[in-house]
Amino acid sequence: MTNLKRPIVALAGNPNTGKSTVFNALTGLNQHTGNWPGKTVTLAAGAFAWHNMSFTVVDLPGTYSLFANSPDEEVARDFILFGTPDVTVVVVDATCLERNLNLVLQVLEITPRTVVCVNLMDEARRKRLIVNTDRLATELGVPAIPCVARSGEGLNTLKNAILNVAGNYIATCPRPVCYSADIEASLAVVARELTPLAPQFSPRWLALRLLERDNTLLQRILAEEQNEMPVRELKLPRATKKVAPWPG
Amino acid sequence: MAGLSSDQNAALKQAAKLAGDLPAPSHDQVVHSIYDTAQVIAKQSVAKMPGPEITWQESLDRVLTSPLFGFPVMLLLLAFVFWLTLEGANCPSELLATLFHVGEDALSALFLKLGAPAWLHGLLVLGIYRTTGWVVAVMLPPMAIFFPLFTLLEDLGYLPRVAFNLDRLFRQAGAHGKQALTMCMGFGCNAAGVIACRIIDSPRERLVAILTNTFVPCNGRFPTFFALSAIFLGGAYYSFNSNILASFTVVGMILIGIGTTFVISWLLTRTVLRGIPSAFILELPPYRPPQVGRIIVRSIFDRTMHVLIRAVVWAAPAGAITWLLANTDLGRGSLLSITASHLDGFARLLGLDGIILLAFFLGLPANEIVLPIIVMGYLAEGALFWPDSLAELQQLLVAHGWTLKTAIFVMLFSLLHFPCSTTLWSILKETGSKLWTAVAFLLPLMLACTVLFILNLLL
Repeated sequence: MTNLKRPIVALAGNPNTGKSTVFNALTGLNQHTGNWPGKTVTLAAGAFAWHNMSFTVVDLPGTYSLFANSPDEEVARDFILFGTPDVTVVVVDATCLERNLNLVLQVLEITPRTVVCVNLMDEARRKRLIVNTDRLATELGVPAIPCVARSGEGLNTLKNAILNVAGNYIATCPRPVCYSADIEASLAVVARELTPLAPQFSPRWLALRLLERDNTLLQRILAEEQNEMPVRELKLPRATKKVAPWPG
Repeated sequence: MAGLSSDQNAALKQAAKLAGDLPAPSHDQVVHSIYDTAQVIAKQSVAKMPGPEITWQESLDRVLTSPLFGFPVMLLLLAFVFWLTLEGANCPSELLATLFHVGEDALSALFLKLGAPAWLHGLLVLGIYRTTGWVVAVMLPPMAIFFPLFTLLEDLGYLPRVAFNLDRLFRQAGAHGKQALTMCMGFGCNAAGVIACRIIDSPRERLVAILTNTFVPCNGRFPTFFALSAIFLGGAYYSFNSNILASFTVVGMILIGIGTTFVISWLLTRTVLRGIPSAFILELPPYRPPQVGRIIVRSIFDRTMHVLIRAVVWAAPAGAITWLLANTDLGRGSLLSITASHLDGFARLLGLDGIILLAFFLGLPANEIVLPIIVMGYLAEGALFWPDSLAELQQLLVAHGWTLKTAIFVMLFSLLHFPCSTTLWSILKETGSKLWTAVAFLLPLMLACTVLFILNLLL
C-alpha cells in the first residue's frame, strides 16, 4: 500500500481552517489541478520534497464531516478510502478545536495514518486560548502539530510528522469513538467478519457503515476492482527543492 | 489499488448480510457519540486564559452585515476602490500609450526602410500592433490597481459579508443564497462564476445562477467602464474631483447589474424554473491580516496577466480582422462601413451606432476588445490619429457623435448583453444543454436591446 517512491498526502479539513494556505505553503507553486474521474469537483494536487523524499499532496474539498451528505463530502471520503493516501493530514482551526475534532475523529475511524495540523495558532493566542497540542496528540493517538501556515511556523515539524507516518517511523494508535453499548455489540459482530479487509479498510468503520445500510458504499467497494487509481495518473510537477539529508 | 480478493469479497458480502439482520443505529446517535468524544478531547487540550473577550471582530461584523449599514458601507467601499483605480490609472495609461506610439513610429519607419507593401504595414502595424498596444495601454494600469485591491478585500474576509448581505435578497428572489457567492465570482470572470455554480446543489437554482451570472460585469468589462466613465464623467476631461463621479457611475452600473440579477432570477423562478429555495449555512470566517505579498503575486499572475494575455491573444486577430474589414473596398465603401451601415438603422433605435453594435458582436470572444474595435472602426473611417490620451480618445468619440448618453448606453449594453464565448462554452459544459446555452445568449441580448430601446425612446 505504501509507495515509498512517492507517498500521497491527502489534505482534509473544515472550510476556513487555512487548508489551502497549508497546501500552498507545502507545495509552493508546484501545483496542478485535475478532475477526480466521474466527479465534478476539482482536486488540486501539488508536490514537495522533504529529506530526499518527494511527496504528492492532494487538496481535498473542505468539509465538516465525512458522512457523504454532499458531493464535496463524498469526494473527500472516497479519496481517503480509495485514493490510498499514505498520510491524511487534517487541518484544524485552533480557535474552534471542538467543532473541527469531529472531522478528525471521522478520519481516524477510516485511517490511522493521520497527522493533525493545528493551524491558526496565532489567532488562538490572540483569543487567549492555550491549545496543548501534546495533550491533543496523546488523546487522539496521532501526531498533532501546532502551525501558523500563513507565516510558515511549524511547517517543518509538520513535514517531519508526515514523513514519519508515511515511512512508518512512528506508529499511530488512534483513539476510537465509543458508541452506545448496543451499537458496540453489533459493531463487534460485523467487524469480526470484516477482518480480512484490513488494513485496506478499517473493519470497525466499515461495519458501522454496513449497519447504517450504506449500500452505495458497499457497491462502490465491490466495484472498486475495476477502477484505476486516479491520482497516481495525474501528471504532477516534480519537486525540485534541494533539502538537507535525513539526519542520523 | 488492487481490487478485493475473492475471500475479501465474500467476507464483505457476508458482513453486509449480517449487518442487515442487526438493528440499524440511528444516525443521530452515531453523530452524538462523535460530538461527545470531540467535546471531551477539546476540553482536555484547550484552556482559556482569563481576560476580556476581544470582540472588535464581532462589532465590525455587526456594522458590515447590519440591515441598515451593510449596503451603504459596501457601496462606499466599492466606490473607493474604483476611485483609487481611476485616479491611479490615468498617468501610467498615458505613459504606455506614448510608448506604444513611439514604437509604432519606429515600426513604421522600419517597414518603410524595408520597402514592405502598404497592406502588410497596415495589417501588422495599424491593425495588430495598434489594437494590441491600445488594449495594453488602456487595460493594464487599471487592472494592475483594481485586482490587487479586490484581492485585498477578498483576503480580509469581506466577500463572505457581501454574500451574507445579498443572501436575504436572493432568497426573496426565489434563488439560492449561494448565488450571492457565484455572483461575486462573476465579478472576476463570468466563466469562473458559471463554473462556481457547482456549489449550488439544486439543479433548478444552479440554472438560475448560471443564466444570470453574466449580469455582473467581469474583469473584461471593467476596463470599458473605467475608460468610458473616466472620459465622459471623470478627471480625464473635466476636473480632478469628478473622478468621484466616475467612480459612482461604475458603482451604479454594478448596482444595475445586481438589480437585473434579482429581477431576472425572480422572473425565472416564477415562470420556467419554479420551486422553493433550499437553505444553506454561510460561515463568516474571521477577519485576517492580509498577506500582501501573496495578494500581489496572486492578483498579478492569476488575474491581471490572465486577463491581459487573453485580451492580447484576442485583440491581435480582432485587430487584423477589423483592419481587413475596414480596408476591403467594395466600391461603395469598405466592408466594415457597409456592415456597420446595415446595422446602423437598428443600432440607432438603441441609441448606439452600427460600429458599436458590430464591435459587440466581433468582441464575442472577449469583452476586453469591444472598445478597441470601436476605436479601430472609427479610425479606419478617416480620423487618422492615435488616441494618445483619454482626452484624445474623447475627441475621437465625440467626433463620431458620442455624447454622455451614448457612453452610458454603451456601458449598459456591455453590462446586459450576451456573455463572451468562453462563458457560453462553460455554460454549455455545465448545463449540458444547447437549449439553455441559447437561452443564456438570447435572454441577455433581448434584455439589453429592450432596455436600451425603451430608454432611447424616453431620453
